[in-house]
Amino acid sequence: MSRARADEEEYWHSSKFRAFTFDDEDDELSQLKESKRAVNSLRDIVDDDDDDLERVSWSGEPVGSISWSIKETASSSTSSLEGRDSSLQKGSSSYAAFPKQVSSYSLSSLFKGRNKLPSFQSLSDALSDTGIKNYAPELRKPKADYKDYSSDWSPKDTVRRMQRGKVCSLERFRSLQDKLVLLDEAVAGHDGNVITAVLIFLKRTLRREILFRELEVRQVALCHLIHFLKETGEQKLLLDLLRFLDRTEEVALSQYREHLNIQDVEKRREFLKGCIGLPFSAEDTSHIQDHYTLLERQIIIEANDRHLESAGQSEIFRKYPRKASILNMPLVTTLFYSCFYHYTEAEGTFSSPTNLKKTFKIPDKQYVLTALAARAKLRAWDDVDALFTTKNWLGYTKKKAPIGFHRVVEILQRNNAPVQVLQEYVRLVEDVETRLNLATKYKCHDVVIETYRDLKDRIQLTAYKCKVERGSAEEDKINSILNN
Amino acid sequence: QHEVDKLYKVESRPALSTSDQFCFLVRPRIKTMRYIADIVNADKMSGRSRKYKIIFSPQKVSLTVLCCHLPHVTCDEWSFYLLPLDEDIISMELPEFFRDYFLEGDHRWINSVARALQLLNSLYGPFGKAYGIGRCAKMSYELWRDLEEESEGDSQGRKPEIGNVFLMDRDPDYVTALCSQMVYEGLVDDTFRIKCGSVDFGPDVTSSDKSIKVLLNAQDKVFSQIRNEHFSSVFGFLSQKSRNLQAQYDRRRGMDIKQMKNFVSQELKGLKQEHRLLSLHIGACESIMKKKTKQDFQEMIKAEHSLLEGFDIRESTSFIEEHIDRQVSPIESLRLMCLLSITENGLIPKDYRSLKTQYLQSYGPEHLLTFHNLKRIGLLTEQSAGETLTAVESKVSKLVTDRAAGKITDAFNSLARRSNFRAISKKLGLIPRVDGEYDLKMPRDMAYVFSGAYVPLSCKIIEQVLERRGWLGLEEVVRLLNGNEFSISDSAVEDNPAWESQRVILAVFLGGCTFSEIAALRFLGKERG
Repeated sequence: MSRARADEEEYWHSSKFRAFTFDDEDDELSQLKESKRAVNSLRDIVDDDDDDLERVSWSGEPVGSISWSIKETASSSTSSLEGRDSSLQKGSSSYAAFPKQVSSYSLSSLFKGRNKLPSFQSLSDALSDTGIKNYAPELRKPKADYKDYSSDWSPKDTVRRMQRGKVCSLERFRSLQDKLVLLDEAVAGHDGNVITAVLIFLKRTLRREILFRELEVRQVALCHLIHFLKETGEQKLLLDLLRFLDRTEEVALSQYREHLNIQDVEKRREFLKGCIGLPFSAEDTSHIQDHYTLLERQIIIEANDRHLESAGQSEIFRKYPRKASILNMPLVTTLFYSCFYHYTEAEGTFSSPTNLKKTFKIPDKQYVLTALAARAKLRAWDDVDALFTTKNWLGYTKKKAPIGFHRVVEILQRNNAPVQVLQEYVRLVEDVETRLNLATKYKCHDVVIETYRDLKDRIQLTAYKCKVERGSAEEDKINSILNN
Repeated sequence: QHEVDKLYKVESRPALSTSDQFCFLVRPRIKTMRYIADIVNADKMSGRSRKYKIIFSPQKVSLTVLCCHLPHVTCDEWSFYLLPLDEDIISMELPEFFRDYFLEGDHRWINSVARALQLLNSLYGPFGKAYGIGRCAKMSYELWRDLEEESEGDSQGRKPEIGNVFLMDRDPDYVTALCSQMVYEGLVDDTFRIKCGSVDFGPDVTSSDKSIKVLLNAQDKVFSQIRNEHFSSVFGFLSQKSRNLQAQYDRRRGMDIKQMKNFVSQELKGLKQEHRLLSLHIGACESIMKKKTKQDFQEMIKAEHSLLEGFDIRESTSFIEEHIDRQVSPIESLRLMCLLSITENGLIPKDYRSLKTQYLQSYGPEHLLTFHNLKRIGLLTEQSAGETLTAVESKVSKLVTDRAAGKITDAFNSLARRSNFRAISKKLGLIPRVDGEYDLKMPRDMAYVFSGAYVPLSCKIIEQVLERRGWLGLEEVVRLLNGNEFSISDSAVEDNPAWESQRVILAVFLGGCTFSEIAALRFLGKERG
């Protein structure tokens, strides 16, 4: 679906999107600031002493009480998300939306409703000394409920019983045929716990090859077994299974994943070296190679720099002591570090930025962006200048950048570059409107004046006069232009 | 009588205590099991003998039962399935659900969902009609019916209070979950993370040096009025409120003793409360604003809207590339890449390779694993030139022989499934055509939650199915969503439109839902009654 250019312009300029912006100039922000001031000024009136923020938990119990802590404990153990290779999990609990009205049973009846369902309240009650009778018996359910050794349940019934939480002995399913029927029933019943439980049993009582062979044609069960093996850390069996299924890439990934468990850097490096030969796709192999090379470099740089730092001779390290080690950092971060601490080094050394650029084939855009950020932080404006200056064949210098100059300005501004420096780059912003915006925002008067002059916009130029200081060089400039 | 000594959070630290009984109330997770095993072993090593009881909530999972074979350890269950977070939100609080089901293909939580439905059924009477879409929805429904049949049917005779239930898998609509949120509650969640209905506000919000934890629900008078509003309306509202508050306080000036006494005893508390809430929310707004301006939010929204509508794709792709280069945020970069992938049916191979390389360079080489996981789920894929659907299908059908696994499972679904977002969007009219300005203050449809650019797909489906009382007329859409829809009515429950309960709908999102969707559904509810 492509739209005509004109359409686009119109589209973006339609107030649909002006309806809301996050720009600083927005009236609404100042409105907000005003309200904040208003509210803050009321603080004096409001007596803060007895306003001891009474934190009350959702069940109405004051914070700090046992029942509240229980909830806290439960919810915080719920909140740990897996670290590394996390797929996106946005609000990933099973939510249900329940509209408000009508119910003669309030939501609290979820808890008080029936005896069978021990309520949150009664648990806390139990622990704080009252009403224990409600809860304790639940914990001591008659054994009969749990264990059931009666022998004649069919596979289907066994599965059903397991779904309802009863522990069943699966020993009586001896023949392969029986076991498979049991497994198929479990899969048909949709309950993953039952499927896994049956698999645990099969894993114990079947020969590997047979199990693998049967699972190859049962996808759902297969997924469950793989997940189970991953969780229990039975790496060897998992890899064997994956190899059997000819899922070579997964074998490689599974092994590669192990590197996350190796804390010692040297060992990790060795391990990564070993990973290079694994059956990855061609592309991924080069990524693994890069990973290894990067870590190797980082170890060298780290050792060197730590030495330099402690020797105390190097000025840069004295002025900006390192807050963290460079080990296991991403490439771009390493590049930044290198541009920060080792900018002037020749290409030959392992820690020089140019060496990194060459070794890892870092594109110009990325390189310039990172070097800029590092030099700007050090306020090395000359270096920044040199980044963008190229000599053409006639010997003339010219400024150009693989990233937009508005980006350059943004980064410089974030590092509090002086106006004279900023001005140089604002001047180079191609898009006129952006240039004017930035120049006005950052008070680069000369640029504003020049631009209006080029646009031959007398009105704006005159209007801009009030933004410059009286009697300043800028005012003179404006006047002289207006008078010509 | 049971004398609880102290409460600890289960972590990898040893628990120091003098009591000789430990009781663990935990979620059934491997990690937790390891901690517990560590504690038990540590005790054993130091010669302490203790009794341990582990209580799993909501239920035991076969995996964890293995741990119950440790000496002196007994296990139990506490069937706590549903946590009401607000007047109209109930949560099962199972963050692992998404990953376990959608990535690993593990059905372990389906039973929990079925039981939760059973619970609601028994408390609120039989549901009128059940609709759903998605494999997991279907399975959960089937398992629930199964369990229901067996139980004593004690929901019989109870007056039904919930008219309809709608079960929806997360995967027909990933797009909505990937868009930046614009309603206040959504932004608070994006910025501060709302957990279990409460949020931690740091010192920059509270304008003091403390952080506090605040409960965010309908009880908070200020919050309840702004939570579903588009962020642009929030300022106006808060400033209005603070002006009112100011006026109220100013009334003090003209009061005599009696009036003052009255004021203090009756009104002051309420005003103080309001003042506290207002200042918190104003502080939160400021934080949100600060964060967004820093991150080029405007440009990002522009890119998102382009992707939703389907034009300027190259520009959006460059934006994403720059986002990665600047190392802005690993999650945000991925989010944008996935949005691009889903709306465009996969990245073109050149882009996929180059963005992946840049991502690994910016955020760490180990994310190679992340990319593989995302590919498996279908969130971030490459447009494949050569491999046609039929070639894959025939390969699969050779392997799959028996009836139980007759259906192609999720692992192959991601190959078989194409995103089809554009087609669906067109069919359902998800991108509103507006002449003139889209009024965010008085919105006329659910698209306001995304500044008028897009109606959340999931909500639109719910709206359409409920309106048509079924899937009639939506066949094309269902096909594009890869099937698995159902619509079943309980013959025992009369379909009497006069009943008030018919107006109550239970929407279940399997895999999570966003605050934007909640806001959109609330809007729909208000609109349609």
